[in-house]
Amino acid sequence: MNIKEKIIEKVLALCALITILTTVGIIGVLLVEAVGFFREVSIIDFLTGTEWTPLFADKNYGILPLVSGTLLTTFIAIGVALPVGLTIAIYLNEYAPKRFKKVLKPLLEVLAVVPTVVYGFFALMIVTPFLKLFITDLSGFNALSPGIVMGIMIIPFVSSLSEDALAAVPDSLRQASYGMGSTRFQTAFRVMVPAASSGIMVSIILALSRAIGETMIVAIAAGQTPVFTFDPTVPIETITAYIVKVSSGDVPQGTVAYQTIFAAGITLFVVTFILNNISFWIKNRYQEKYE
Amino acid sequence: MDSEITSQQPKTSQVETKPKLNPNNRSFKLQAKNVDVFYDDFQAIKDISLDIVENSITAFIGPSGCGKSTFLRLFNRMNDNIDGFQMNGEIRIDNKNIYDESIKVEELRKRVGMVFQKPNPFPKSIYENVAYGLRIQGVKDEDYIENRVIESLKQATLYSEIEDSLDKQALALSGGQQQRLCIARALAVKPSVILMDEPTSALDPISSGKIEDLIHELKKEFTIVIVTHNMQQAARVSDNTAFLYMGNLVEYGDTQKIFTNPKKDRTQNYITGRFG
Repeated sequence: MNIKEKIIEKVLALCALITILTTVGIIGVLLVEAVGFFREVSIIDFLTGTEWTPLFADKNYGILPLVSGTLLTTFIAIGVALPVGLTIAIYLNEYAPKRFKKVLKPLLEVLAVVPTVVYGFFALMIVTPFLKLFITDLSGFNALSPGIVMGIMIIPFVSSLSEDALAAVPDSLRQASYGMGSTRFQTAFRVMVPAASSGIMVSIILALSRAIGETMIVAIAAGQTPVFTFDPTVPIETITAYIVKVSSGDVPQGTVAYQTIFAAGITLFVVTFILNNISFWIKNRYQEKYE
Repeated sequence: MDSEITSQQPKTSQVETKPKLNPNNRSFKLQAKNVDVFYDDFQAIKDISLDIVENSITAFIGPSGCGKSTFLRLFNRMNDNIDGFQMNGEIRIDNKNIYDESIKVEELRKRVGMVFQKPNPFPKSIYENVAYGLRIQGVKDEDYIENRVIESLKQATLYSEIEDSLDKQALALSGGQQQRLCIARALAVKPSVILMDEPTSALDPISSGKIEDLIHELKKEFTIVIVTHNMQQAARVSDNTAFLYMGNLVEYGDTQKIFTNPKKDRTQNYITGRFG
């Protein structure tokens, strides 16, 4: 049945090809539309301008307000996810009984499958009012609340991948550390974490890239006010939230205003692409250095 | 010297041995008293009692699974974290029961160093590997640390080979060098006992030879217990040998006597290679 085998092979190859072509297609469209945009707007103004008002009469195309909004929510998210996720990973790997770990790890990963729209209104309806109890001048829309909620969402990225990295450290190193008279805490932080550092870095970068691309939570709870600020208590707008706003609005196709979403999109794409490549590079460069 | 010890060696296993001094007044450094070890239902060590004199080298030999590693790891409580581990009896170091509740395991392990089967340096620099034990003890005096690092590396006969590259990654060293580094790491905190769990089994003959010479040197300052698969090694390096079989201590005594004139048939069979 040689022909049958060949057909199967071709079909499988086609499936792989479709995904690659899709990626190439997306990049192509992004590029073409972005080129159109950059014919109208200088790339320097785009990258250094601090006013983003493409939908107003007085148009400004400085991406920095969107970038600052994105970075602000992202860093708040990482600020939550990194300590919590790493602590969980260390707990699971160094302290928790094996049986407990088997149950807990998949349970934690459930956090990642909650629909982001649920996280979004959770941030808006519950976390923001709660935070207002402590920060009285917190706006209804702000970077802090969605940042924290997004941090909770990406905890499993950090905890799960870091735990994998820690679990890959040979037990002989743990034994060596205990044999020297280290406590569990010293073993975890002076031996295991440094030995797993490349894997932990990768987990952080992937979590970062997930947070940067996250849309729903920030679109719902962070506001739609592009301001160049790092104040977490005021309404802001992220790149993703802006794209949502314009895509669902009534901006006429072919205008510069319409093309801004592609310019914003390609900015987002470039950033996450770079981050993913850095993590890939770290993985290849430093993995299993202790073996 | 060996013969002096021999005359006072406890006979064999099941006999209770009271702490007693040998002719040259060296005290017993390590003592096991009626020790049983269980992993869940499996009994790994069966009522073993044995005394080890200070500044001697004692070899534990026996076929795989006879309990020699388990027995060795009792002396720095490295079995404690194994699931289902349970023990009866006493392990005494300097006449103190180390399984007593008042004993802090971390403190114990600072006095009882360990060298493992596979060289296991940390993925840090050579210097930081040796400094590790001091750092976790909270030593801040960098001059002291540096002195200890160099001294320990010299003591482990590694210093001359790597003196210009203390900042190099420890994992870049050869297997034999790594194992000597691990010995230096153990020495840096000035233990009085060193446990070695088949320290040369992953090394080539030349590297093994260097480690054996080193073990001989270290005897002057430390009490050494070594588990080995290699009977020639036991015969070469140790003063006393304990032969374990299926969790029992079959025979314990002067190494030369064990190897030339064993009292038990089972020992005879093992050392002549008829089983194991």
